[in-house]
Amino acid sequence: MRAVVTVIGKDKVGILAQVSSVCAECNVNINDVNQSVMQDLFTMVMLCDIREMNVSFNELSDRLAKKGDELGLSIHVTHEDIFNSMHRI
Amino acid sequence: MLDINDILETITMIQDECLDIRTVTMGISLLDCADENIDRACTKVYDKITRYAENLVKTADDIQTDYGIPIINKRIAVTPIAIIEAACQSSDPVKFAHSLERAAKAVGVNFIGGYSALVHKGFSAGDYALIESIPQALKETEHVCASVNIGSTKAGINMDAVAKMGHVIRRAAELTADNNCFGAAKLVVLCNAPEDNPFMAGAFHGVGEADCVINVGVSGPGVVRAALQKSSGLDITGVADLIKKTAFKITRMGQLVAKEASRRLSVPFGIVDLSLAPTPAVGDSVAHILEEMGLESVGACGTTAALAMLNDAVKKGGIMASSHVGGLSGAFIPVTEDAGMIDAARSGKLTIEKLEAMTAVCSVGLDMIVIPGDTPAEVISGIIADEAAIGMINSKTTAVRLIPAIGKSVGEELDFGGLFGSGPVMRVNTASPTKFISRGGRIPAPVQSLKN
Repeated sequence: MRAVVTVIGKDKVGILAQVSSVCAECNVNINDVNQSVMQDLFTMVMLCDIREMNVSFNELSDRLAKKGDELGLSIHVTHEDIFNSMHRI
Repeated sequence: MLDINDILETITMIQDECLDIRTVTMGISLLDCADENIDRACTKVYDKITRYAENLVKTADDIQTDYGIPIINKRIAVTPIAIIEAACQSSDPVKFAHSLERAAKAVGVNFIGGYSALVHKGFSAGDYALIESIPQALKETEHVCASVNIGSTKAGINMDAVAKMGHVIRRAAELTADNNCFGAAKLVVLCNAPEDNPFMAGAFHGVGEADCVINVGVSGPGVVRAALQKSSGLDITGVADLIKKTAFKITRMGQLVAKEASRRLSVPFGIVDLSLAPTPAVGDSVAHILEEMGLESVGACGTTAALAMLNDAVKKGGIMASSHVGGLSGAFIPVTEDAGMIDAARSGKLTIEKLEAMTAVCSVGLDMIVIPGDTPAEVISGIIADEAAIGMINSKTTAVRLIPAIGKSVGEELDFGGLFGSGPVMRVNTASPTKFISRGGRIPAPVQSLKN
């Protein structure tokens, strides 16, 4: 099962490092990262493999949201299927 | 990898544009709960509902977490209680309402629908007693919703039932006058009632359905409006195409949730209801979609045309997105539950007559409309008859959910709170239809050809 982590907010140093360290703590493997900065707005999308995850989905979601609060960013984790079903026929 | 813009579009829809799954509704057949002893029947009803729906709320909450999509309501629809009650020797149908209420509380759902009777052609054993008991049942329970089907395209309109329902609606409001007349908000009168509708107050589990199914109702007026906002230069063809594409995406979400809920609960997937269901929240209004198309206010001349196009485009987009579509499937136009409708009704730009015209081209009917507390039962029956006639002739579902604001008149307001919203008392034409209504009998089923 794969999940999509989205990070949106003001650009600053170390966002990728901080978010990926939460993933590492939870034994979440990052498959792909796509990021861009448009007019100071940082957006990052990470595709993660959560099959070997050592916490519950809820716990991962909470930890990432908490990290987002610390960094002043909006971080969400969502099952990959929702994007596939909405944007692929 | 998925396109970053697609991912951000989905996240924006959920976070900023109020996209949600309005309801996951479990339909449960109670046909095997009939018993000549009413207390035994009530126990069977409670036991079956709590057994089948034990994990409904938890499963929906888990899906909400995993997919990041809010699921607002978890509900249950059951076989019309009048059918179960018909087998009972002693008749106090309110006992069933209490049984449903206890079951709803035990499993933690928001509403339970099916305190219902289907009398479109006539009353059978159990129907009359149940209809009579509706006001008391709605007063004594919190989660139970009632509905009565009084007409259909194949059967015509049961005018005896129409006459009766005018009094029942008034009585439901009177008995709950100290609680914003809320009883009437949990009661809907239908023509061509669908048997797989996941939305309240009209949800019930039809007798042709499987023992247990999962039906899902999507929402998303905010998403459609936001899409239109970003593309102001389009002609109407372009607008219709844009709505279709947006409805497709919204419905895909519903289909995913329905399939997942069905898999996790090991219950067959029934249907996805494609409705655009508004809430009183800012940015979640069907009226604002119509205004975004270029109307100064909903209710203006042109409203019916805009709504017809919207409703049709939502269906066209949604149908391909789901393997089974059913229920009400269209744009809802409840007054008190839609911020734009409330404003238009307050300013007098939206009238009941215009709403009636709008119901001819969209789902579902005259919904959540607050009327003066002194409106006679016969006038309410007249409104029901008109609305049922629109449904009968056009082969579509129509419904009436009116709330007589006991002790209040035009200019005053009722405030239900939550998803039910608030709204002004709207003016009703009180010229008397009493003689017409009191004739009783049936309006014969209409001819299905020579359509003019």
